[in-house]
Amino acid sequence: MSATERSLQNGLPAAGAFEVQTSTGEASAIHAEQLCRHYRMGDTLIRAVDGVTLTVGAGEFVALLGSSGSGKSSVLNLIAGLDRPTSGSVIVQGRDLAQLSREELSKYRLRTVGMVFQSFNLIPSMTLLENVELPMRFAEVDRGKRDSLAHEALSRVGLQARMSHRPSELSGGEQQRAALARALINHPRLLLADEPTGNLDSHTGVEIMNLVREFNRQLGMTVVMVTHERALAERYAQRLIFLADGKLIGEEVNSAAAGQTGASHAIRDGARP
Amino acid sequence: MKLPDLTELAVRNLRESVLRNSLTTIGISVGVASLVAMLSLGIGLQQLASRRLMKSGLFDTIVVSSRRELRNFSREEERSGPPPAESRILDEPARQEIERLPNVAEVYPDIRFITELRYADKPHLTTIAALPASAKSRDAFESLQGQFFSSEMAPEAVIQKAFAEELLGKTPKAGLDETNVNDLAPPLLGKELTMRYAQREASPAAPSANNTPAASGDQTVAGASYSVVSRELKLKIVGVSDLDPESMRGPTRGRVFLPLKLAESLHVVQPTDLREISRAASDQPVYASVSVRVKNPAQIRTIEDSIKKMGFNAFSILDATRSLQQFFAVLDLFLGIFGSLALAVASIGIVNTLVMAILERRREIGIMKAIGASDRDVEKLFFAEAGAMGILGGIVGVALGWAIGQVINLGTNVYLRRQSLPPEHFWSVPWWLVGAAIIFAFLVSLAAGLYPAGRAARLDPVQALRYE
Repeated sequence: MSATERSLQNGLPAAGAFEVQTSTGEASAIHAEQLCRHYRMGDTLIRAVDGVTLTVGAGEFVALLGSSGSGKSSVLNLIAGLDRPTSGSVIVQGRDLAQLSREELSKYRLRTVGMVFQSFNLIPSMTLLENVELPMRFAEVDRGKRDSLAHEALSRVGLQARMSHRPSELSGGEQQRAALARALINHPRLLLADEPTGNLDSHTGVEIMNLVREFNRQLGMTVVMVTHERALAERYAQRLIFLADGKLIGEEVNSAAAGQTGASHAIRDGARP
Repeated sequence: MKLPDLTELAVRNLRESVLRNSLTTIGISVGVASLVAMLSLGIGLQQLASRRLMKSGLFDTIVVSSRRELRNFSREEERSGPPPAESRILDEPARQEIERLPNVAEVYPDIRFITELRYADKPHLTTIAALPASAKSRDAFESLQGQFFSSEMAPEAVIQKAFAEELLGKTPKAGLDETNVNDLAPPLLGKELTMRYAQREASPAAPSANNTPAASGDQTVAGASYSVVSRELKLKIVGVSDLDPESMRGPTRGRVFLPLKLAESLHVVQPTDLREISRAASDQPVYASVSVRVKNPAQIRTIEDSIKKMGFNAFSILDATRSLQQFFAVLDLFLGIFGSLALAVASIGIVNTLVMAILERRREIGIMKAIGASDRDVEKLFFAEAGAMGILGGIVGVALGWAIGQVINLGTNVYLRRQSLPPEHFWSVPWWLVGAAIIFAFLVSLAAGLYPAGRAARLDPVQALRYE
């Protein structure tokens, strides 16, 4: 473990500090109960999420699978606190997001959640370093500390040579790695990934997924990944959850991924930059 | 988000679409420039007017007379206050008391008398008045030909144009153009006038042989008996004044002026002397009236009131300054409104620019919210951008307004010089206007940012990030 990895890990609160016990007795990071998100489009009611109940344990790596329009991204947005449920509840780290004010919700997004997107969503006018620093500006971290943490995070994803480049000067894989560095910068407990490899070729996609798994195993982050690629999900996620038409239609424990240890994986894949 | 971060992000955002933001900022600058130009013209004109009034000696002077002096400026004064016979004497202690009032610049006795002057062996009868050294800066002597008195005791005279005409026998005919003072002065300057006057001299009964009777003779002799002696004094004409320095005094105004100290030392018999001889309890000189010069015409009323409370009659041309102040307040208001119109138009430019920026940066706002920016962070960022444009536009605008003022000032003075009129500085940008204009531009910009900032803050991140 490198010094940077250690410091990132030390910055996290002790694992399990905010967990709630579910009926199964397992420590859970996320618990959604009868979660609904309905939109009205003209006269028709669209049930993007329609009564989803699911639990994600602390430190678990879960994949949400489904075809487009199945509601998997909507569920992710609800967990991320970007959207509010029409009914039902999402309890993350013991707090019901439906009850939080807009201000509290933005704090939650800032401190508890890190997000990566299919289209990377880096701010084009900023360099990588500035992009990674941005969440710390909102968190009012001192400039000096901000700078060194952003350097550390970018080094961790192998972009130390690219810090002063703008996103448009980088490849998709590099942009997604920068986005991962940004997602980690405030030491969140939760990493939410919305089709993180959707815009990448398969080789680069594997690189990114290995990084995600590394965060999951070494930093103990809970990962929820939305994807429509079953193969990718089976290779990395410990559990697969299937959605269709806004409803949960099935769940599968992926023993292959669940049984492996992080260290052996990271070495075997040899994909770390 | 902390202020330095906010400013940094705002400035970098402004630089991202530099053309549009520069144009908006130029719009604000033009608005501020027009406001500054209008207001500085108003302020400049007001300063010019009050400078003129101050220098004219009309609006900063209160004429104080004893109530015993029965020749009042108004009927009202005869009825108010104590009866004349019981009221105070305007003597030296009273003069000093008035001088100690706040905002009083100086109090000097009014010495004026009618007497005969001989010029080229021809007698002329006129009113002679004394002037303090401070009168030199008055407007009335601005176009003085020759010069002012060389010292307070110099046997010199400044004569008024009308008297100069009389001396030269050049009485202007009705309907003709006025004689130019430039033509009158050369033959008179340096010439001698012989003034014949009645001096009040301490009676020989006085033990003191001092030849300054008003000061020492009256001190020793309570009865103050004195003799009146006819004297002659040769005066040199040093200046001819174009304007009438004592127009406010109407028929009693002087046409020949002497230095005040010199006039005091002459002890010319004053009309009050005869009346006061029966009383003569005071061991100090008694004045018919004194002139009070105030530091600021705005204070004239309070000073006038305190003088009246002391039991004297007071007179000033006060109402004219009051209505003038009102006029300038209205003028400034109108100029300010017209100047603000351009700024109002510019503020619509800010709204437009920022609303455009929201549309353009929709995704960016969505990203910022997704990674933890609160509504307030986004709102503050847009406010900061509006404020930065406002401050920048304000600074450039003030400079521009100042430059416009300088150019117009210069142009007008070229015109005035062609008309052979003295140059005037009627354009003034005081420091408070510089600060106020920049702050005003800042506040207007913030107000303009209100709607765009609120709209950006309310943006739904899911909508903003929806994959295009």
